[in-house]
Amino acid sequence: MKLLKLVPDDTNIKFLRWRVPFYVVSILLIAASWGLVLTKGLNYGVDFAGGLNITATFTESTQAPVGELRETVADLGYGEPIVQRFGEDNQVSIRVPLPDSAEGNPEAAQNIANAIVAELEAGFADFRLDGNENVSGKVSDEFRSDAAFALIAAMLAVALYIWIRFEWQFGVGALFALFHDVSLTLGMFALFQLEFSLQIIAAILAIIGYSLNDTIVVYDRIRENLKKYRKMPTPELLDLSVNETLARTVMTSLTLLIALVPLLLFGPASLFGMVAAITLGIFVGTYSSVYMAAPILIWLGVDSHSFVPGETDADKQEKVARGEV
Amino acid sequence: MLDFPLWKRGWFWGLTLALTALALPSIFSLSGARWPAALPDPEVNLGLDLAGGSHILLEADPAEVASQRLRNMEESVRSTLRRAEPSVGFGDVSTADGRLSFMVESVADVDRARSLLEPLLNGEGLVREWNLSVVDETRIVLTPTEAGLEAAVNAAMDSSQDVIDRRINALGTREPTIIRQGENRIVVQVPGLQDPQQVKELVGRTAKLEFKLVNENALQTDLAQGIAEPGQQIFPYAADSGFAGQNVAVYRLGGIDGGSLIRAQASRNQDNQDVVVIQFDQQGGNRFAKLTSENVGKQFAIILDGEVISAPVIQDRILSGVSEISGNFTPESAQQLAISLQSGALPVDLTVVEERTVGPDLGAESIRLGLLAMLVGSIAVVTLMIASYGRFGVYATIALVFNVLMILGIMALMNTTLTLPGIAGFVLTIGAAVDANVLINERIREERKRGRRVIAAVENGYREASRAIFDANITNFIAGVLLFMFGTGPIRGFAVVLVIGLFTSVFTAVSLTRMWVAGWLRRARPQDLNI
Repeated sequence: MKLLKLVPDDTNIKFLRWRVPFYVVSILLIAASWGLVLTKGLNYGVDFAGGLNITATFTESTQAPVGELRETVADLGYGEPIVQRFGEDNQVSIRVPLPDSAEGNPEAAQNIANAIVAELEAGFADFRLDGNENVSGKVSDEFRSDAAFALIAAMLAVALYIWIRFEWQFGVGALFALFHDVSLTLGMFALFQLEFSLQIIAAILAIIGYSLNDTIVVYDRIRENLKKYRKMPTPELLDLSVNETLARTVMTSLTLLIALVPLLLFGPASLFGMVAAITLGIFVGTYSSVYMAAPILIWLGVDSHSFVPGETDADKQEKVARGEV
Repeated sequence: MLDFPLWKRGWFWGLTLALTALALPSIFSLSGARWPAALPDPEVNLGLDLAGGSHILLEADPAEVASQRLRNMEESVRSTLRRAEPSVGFGDVSTADGRLSFMVESVADVDRARSLLEPLLNGEGLVREWNLSVVDETRIVLTPTEAGLEAAVNAAMDSSQDVIDRRINALGTREPTIIRQGENRIVVQVPGLQDPQQVKELVGRTAKLEFKLVNENALQTDLAQGIAEPGQQIFPYAADSGFAGQNVAVYRLGGIDGGSLIRAQASRNQDNQDVVVIQFDQQGGNRFAKLTSENVGKQFAIILDGEVISAPVIQDRILSGVSEISGNFTPESAQQLAISLQSGALPVDLTVVEERTVGPDLGAESIRLGLLAMLVGSIAVVTLMIASYGRFGVYATIALVFNVLMILGIMALMNTTLTLPGIAGFVLTIGAAVDANVLINERIREERKRGRRVIAAVENGYREASRAIFDANITNFIAGVLLFMFGTGPIRGFAVVLVIGLFTSVFTAVSLTRMWVAGWLRRARPQDLNI
C-alpha cells in the first residue's frame, strides 16, 4: 500500500528570502493590533467588564428577534444592551452594562436581571432562559489582572527555559513569536469585536502552547544543524531546518485543523469563540515559528559558534602554559 | 533503546490499563449509560458550564468582621469590669479607629483592670489577639493584632461555610460544592438546579433573628429622621411586611436573639397563614417566658437581619419555649426562613459578587454537540494518520485513544472538574500527542531515506525526535504550572488538564508506541518499512 505523503521529499523552499518584508508586515500587523485594542477596545464579556449576561433560546422561532429584544431591553432603561446572535440562529446573548448605582451592589444587579428576564418572558412566548451571569465590577477587575499576570508570567518563564536549553537568542525569538501570536489574536478580537471572555484566555493559552511546540521543533532542528553543518551560512541553514521540518509542520497543523473544524461547524455555541480562536492560532502560530522566531536568530547573531563550548579561562591558561599564545 | 524487558512491558501495560479503567465510570455516565452500582465509581465532575447549574461567589467584608469583633470585646470588657469584686469603675468608652479605649476611674484600679482583662487578650491558639497599653495613667487601650484579626476572619469564614453547607443540604440538592476561596470568599456550586434564585436567597441571608420590645409611643416623624430616645434603636419594616417605609423603635436591652433556637419549621396557623414555628432551648425558653409574661399586651418586634418582619402584640405569656413567627409569608418563603433559622445565623454578612447559571438544557446540548464534533474530528484524524504512516499510524491512533482515557482516569482519580476551558486543554494535549507521533514518524522516514537499516532508523527516529518532544513538553509544563499558580477558576481548569495531559501524552505517544513498535520489529523482522 502506498502511503499518503503530503509534502514531497527534499523540498527546498527559500522561506527566509522574504524575511525582511514579512517582518515589516508582521511588525505593522502587531502595531495595528495594539492600535485597534487601544482605540476600538476589546469587546469584554461580563467576565472582564462586569455586568449581566443573559443567554436565551427562542424555541419556536428560526430567527431570534434581535431588534425587538434590543428595544425591549433598552426600554427598561438600564442602558444600551448588546444583543448578539450566539450559536444557532434562534439563540442570543444579551449583555447589559450595570448602571453605576448597581455597581458593587449585588442586590440591585440581581433585581435588574430579574426585571429583564420577567419582561422578556412576558413579551416573547417562546423565550427560554438558558443561562444568566452576573459579575460585579470588583471581581471582573480581578479576573482581568489575574489573567494578564498569568499570561505574562507564563510567557516569561517559558522564554527563560528556552534560553537555558538553547541560547539566549532562542529565548528572545520564542518570546517574540509568542508576543506576535497573542497580539494578532487580540487584534482580531478587537477588529471583529468578538466577545472576549475568560474562555478566550484559555484559547490564547492553547495557542501559546501550540506555537511553542512549533517553535521548539524548528529550533531543535536549527540547533542540530548548527552542530552538523559548521560552515553553512545562517540564512541557508535556517531554510534547510524549516524545510526539513516542513512535513511535520504540515501534518500536525492539518490533523489539528481536521479535529477543530467539526467543532467549529457543529460544536456547541458556547465553544465557538474558543474554537475559532484556537483555529486562527494554528495559522498564526505556524507562521510565527517560521517567520518570526527563525529570522530573528540571524539578527541576534546566531551562527556556527553557537552551541560550541567557548574557551574557558582554564583553556587559556593551558594554552599559555604550552607556549601557544 | 528498542529493548523492552518483561518487567518494563508489565509496568507500562499495568499503568495504562489501570488509568484507563478509572476512566470507565466517566465514559459510562457521559454516554448516558448506567455504571453498575456495586463497582467503585471515581468520576470526572462536569463543570457547571457543561452540566448546567448555579455558581455563586460570596464575599465577606473583613472590616465588618473587625468591627463586630470590636463590639464583642467592648461587651466582654464591660461585663468583666462590672462583675469584678469590687467592680472597677470606668467610663469614656470609645471604639474609634478600630481600637477600644476607656478610662479607669481611679489610678489605683489600673493594674487590677489590667490583670482582669489579661485573659481576654489571648485567643485559643495562644496567639496574642489584642495588645493592651496604658496611656495617660488611667486610659487603657486595646488594639487588635494582625494575627488576631486574621484568625477572626478565618473563623468567621469557616463557620459561614458550615452554615451554608447546612442550608444547601437542607434543600436536598445533589452534590453541592461549597469551598473557601482565598481569604474571604466562598464558592457555592449547585449542579443541575432549576431555581438559582432559591439558593441565592438561602445563602445570601444572614438569618440573624432578634425579638425586642417596641416603644409604642415613639413618633413616626422622629423615627423617620433617625431620632430615638436613649437606650433605643430604630429598625425599618421589611419591604413585604405590609408596613414598608415605616420604622419601629425598640429597646436595646431585654430582648432575645436567635442564638438559642434549637428548631425552626414551616407551618400553618389557625388562620391558614404561613408561619415559621420556632423552639428555644431551655435557657432561651426561660428568657422568652419571662419576656412574654412581663409584657402581656405590649408589642414586640421580630427582627430578621435588621428588618422588622412583624410586630405582634403579646397575647399571653408563652411558657413552652415554642413560638411562631408570622409575616407575609408564602409557603416557599416560610420554608426558606425555617431552613435559614435552623442552620444558624451567618457570623458575617455575605454578598454575592459573581453569579453564573447555566440552564440544564444548554449544558446537555453542549455536551452532545461537543462529543459529536469530537467524534467526527477523531475519525478524520485517525484516517489521516493511518493513511500517512500505515502501521505506525495505527500505533499512534491506539496511543491517542489511551491518552484520552488516561487523562479522564487521572482526572477522576483526582476528583477534578472538566470545564469548557478544560476542553481547550484537551485539544492542546491531543495536538501535542499527535505532534509527537508525527515528529517520530517523519524522523523515521528521514532516517530511512538516508539509507539506514530498519532497526537503526526506528531507533534514531525515536531518539532524535525525543529531544524536541521533551523540550516542547517541558516548556508547556512550565507554562501550565505558572497558569495554575497565578490563574483564576477557568484558567486553572485549563492548566490542570494541560499538565495531566502532558504526562500522559508523552507516555502514550513516545513510550507506548515504542514498546509496540519494538515488539513488532522483534516478531516480524521486517527488511523494509512502509512509512
